[in-house]
This record gives sequence, C-alpha cells and structure tokens, in this order.
Amino acid sequence: MEAGKGSLTAGVAGAGTMGTGIAITIARAGIPVTLFDVSADALSRAQRQIFEFVDASVARGKMTSEAAETARAALRLAAEPDALASCDVMVEAVFEHLPTKHELLSSLDRICGPDTLFLTNASTLSIAEIAAGSGRPDRVVGAHYCLPAQMMKLVEMSRGLLTSEESWRRAWEFQLATGQKPVETRDRPGFVLNHFCIPYHNDAIRMIDAGVAEPASIDRAMKAAMGFAMGPLELIDLIGLDTQLRASEALFSVTNDPRAAPPPLLRRMVAAGLLGRKSRRGFYTYGSDAVYGA
Amino acid sequence: MTSIQYEIRRKGESRSFPTEHPFLDGASAEADIAVLLGDGAEGPGAGGGADLSAYKCVVVELGNESLAFHTGGCEMPESSNVVGFSRWRLGDAAPSNLIELVAEKGTRAGAVSAARDIFLQAGFEVSDCADRIGRIVDRLIRPHFNLALRAIDDGLAEPDDLDECLKLGLGYRKGILSPLLASNVALHHDVTASLFHVYGQSQYAPPRQAVVAKALAASARGSAR
Repeated sequence: MEAGKGSLTAGVAGAGTMGTGIAITIARAGIPVTLFDVSADALSRAQRQIFEFVDASVARGKMTSEAAETARAALRLAAEPDALASCDVMVEAVFEHLPTKHELLSSLDRICGPDTLFLTNASTLSIAEIAAGSGRPDRVVGAHYCLPAQMMKLVEMSRGLLTSEESWRRAWEFQLATGQKPVETRDRPGFVLNHFCIPYHNDAIRMIDAGVAEPASIDRAMKAAMGFAMGPLELIDLIGLDTQLRASEALFSVTNDPRAAPPPLLRRMVAAGLLGRKSRRGFYTYGSDAVYGA
Repeated sequence: MTSIQYEIRRKGESRSFPTEHPFLDGASAEADIAVLLGDGAEGPGAGGGADLSAYKCVVVELGNESLAFHTGGCEMPESSNVVGFSRWRLGDAAPSNLIELVAEKGTRAGAVSAARDIFLQAGFEVSDCADRIGRIVDRLIRPHFNLALRAIDDGLAEPDDLDECLKLGLGYRKGILSPLLASNVALHHDVTASLFHVYGQSQYAPPRQAVVAKALAASARGSAR
C-alpha cells in the first residue's frame, strides 16, 4: 500500500458508534470499506446512520452529491468475517476488552492475508498487549479515533513494542489517505485523551450523585468557564455510558487510579439501559439515535 | 420587559467584577435585592453585621469559602434569603461569563430565582450548585490542570502536542496548558491546595510546577518588601 488510495481496500470490525463513524471516514475517502458485525441489527442500524449522515452532509453543503454517491458505493456490510479476507487494512473497533480483541484479531489473522495491517482502536488498553494476542504483533498499530469519528480528525497513533517501521509507515499513510490527522502518542494507559477525559467524566458523574449540581448546570459551567465545545455529560451521552463504563474499568484495571474507577451512578444507569444518545436517553433525553452531525 | 432592580454594596476588591461592567452600571440606589461585592464580604454573617433580613434576596460574592460561612455555619438556617455567587475566573485572566450560583437547603426558592434573574438579565450563563467548596468548575478543572502539569513532567507529551490533542479530540478550544500557563500558576496553587485541604484527594494535590510558582511568588513578594 502506498500513500495514494489506489486499489486499497479496508475493513472495520464492529458496527457500534465508533465503528460506524470510522467506516464513514474511510468510505467518504472513496476507499472500499467492509463493515463487519455479527449482529444483523447493528449492521442495519449502521447503514441507516451512515446514509443519514451522508445525506445530511450533502444538505449542509459539506459534501457533493457525487462524493455522497461514491461514499455510499464504497460501503459494504458483512455478517461473516470471511468477507474481510482481501482487506489491506483492518480497523478493529470492538469493545474495550482484551480477550474480545484477542479473539477477534486472532480470528482475522487466520482469515486475512499476511500483508493485512491491523489497526486497533484501543482507548485504554496497551497496544503491545493487544498485539500479543493477534498472531502478527509486528503488523499491529494503535489508532485511537475520537468520538464522533466522522466529525473529528484526530487519531492518536501508538506503536506496540514489536510494531515494525513498515507497519507504522503504512498505518500513518492510511490515516492521511482517509483525511484524518494522525498524532503520535506513547503506548500508555489512555494515551492522551482518555488519560484526561475518563477521570474527568467520572468526576462529573460523582458530582451529580453527590447532589452538587444537575447535568445541565455542570455542562453549562464547563463550557462557559473554559470554552469547551461540549460539557462532560453531553460528551458521555455521545460516547455512550456503556463505553464510558468499559473504558473506566479498563483504565482502572491498569492504573488503580481511584478517579478511573466506575462511579456507582454510571453502573446503575448502564444497568437500566440509559446509554446516552444511542438509547435516546442518558443524562439527557433525545428525539432520535441519529449519529452526531446528521 | 421591566428590568429587575438590584443595589450593590461593595467592600474591598471583587474578583468577579475587578473592572467596569454593565452589571455594575445597571445597579439602582435602592432595591429589594442586595448584591454584596468584594473580599470584604467575607466574614461571618452576610453584610458584616448589618440586618439584611428585609431584602427579598441578598447575593453575596464568594471566594473559595462555603456559603455557610455567611449564613450561620453548621447550624444551617431553616429559611434564608442569602444566595452565594462567584463569577469563575482563572488566575489573573479576565473573569469568564459564568456565574456559579450557590444555595443551601434552607435558601428560599424566591431568593434563588431572583438572584438567577439579575445575572441572566445581564447576559451571564448561570449554573446552580450546592454549597460545596470548589463548586462545579474548580472541582472539575483543577484536577485537569494538575494532570496536565504532571503529564509534562512524566514525558507523556510535549505541551503543544498535549494541547493539540485535547483541542482536536475533546473540543477544548484553548487546550488545557495554554490558558493555565497564561494565567497565574501561583493562584492555581492556592485554589488546588485549598481543595486538597478540604477533600484530601490526590487529584487536588499541587503538582511540582504549581509549588514552584507559589514559592517564587512568595520570594518575589519578600524581595519587594
């Protein structure tokens, strides 16, 4: 694979919020992308959300009709992993759970060709540890996309201990080819973004549970005081409370930082199915589950 | 729409309103809402002993202290007309457009809404919070600042790269380090140290750079004497 798109093909494993957004970034660059998930419902929802996003982009003048058609044509859906066999680049975007990522990557290692590059969208787990269970640790690179991936250019890129220079170069060029902005960060728990936002988000949740302030007051305060684009609770609703819970558990398990420990209110809300935008109710109530920006 | 009238009593320097502001210009000579500005307002009993019970609402400027300091300490009044407020400000930087409005359990709803209305009328963003040291912003942002300063020491990233990541990834338009370092880090030390004193949690412990800034500021003051 060279810097140009050429005949490059890509796959995304996991049709959740993150995988759907990543698939958009690839498809709108005109690169054929296969979105894989074992859940037919997840695939159906992802396709609808992607098409809604593309249509909205055209309506807002952010994308031409021709580019929208190219993006729609670039997207394929697959419920069987065999469809990923010919991908040059695979981006895994499954749960932040090491055994789950190992199971997926080792399965893909058997299915994909030897030159297929694996990008892991890990947010707190170590790239070196993930790569260790992939069957090809020299061809695994950390690529932490930001939410919402279809709107955010930044990708935190990290090398595992065994990542080859060639893999690193290919991964970097892939990000540039899809219009993203790669930034190198160290393979440390949470990299830069989650190192900051997971404890901060948990602090905000504990503040609600302690009766200090309501979500809207907290969000309004942080935006007005610091000029942040979103408040912490708005951002958690966007990320998904289940994702915040898993990321907290993962970060806490490797850092023992009390701020990373999942707050009881977060656990209760996830148990009650209040997952944020994706379930139309989290700290706020939403009219639809359209992806951000649609 | 008729504007809500309020009078201002000023005693000492105000961190919330250090310079001219339309909110100050909009005050009346006499009204049933009193706004107590200035660090001189800090003292047991709102108004420093004056009887302000006839006011519909007494809005007292807070520093790092609890509103209870002005309303009777641990013996929280069953009914109070006193509301606390602070216009959030980072160090020596200009105050933000945020008003944190503080009420206790016994604060009358009418007093809270009256206080909120005079700030909304002046174009501020208003956030309600319970009477806790650090209110909302300081409790959430000071650990952020401390983490950023420690991350630089630990080699996680260069300062510009760290801010760039936070701008692009989390929508922190100004980053974290840039605004902190452009303010007065010694003042950050004072706030985070006061939070550490109250909560005893390590995220509030002043990091090396803040301790140095505080020591240098103290040294400079000593040299100036």
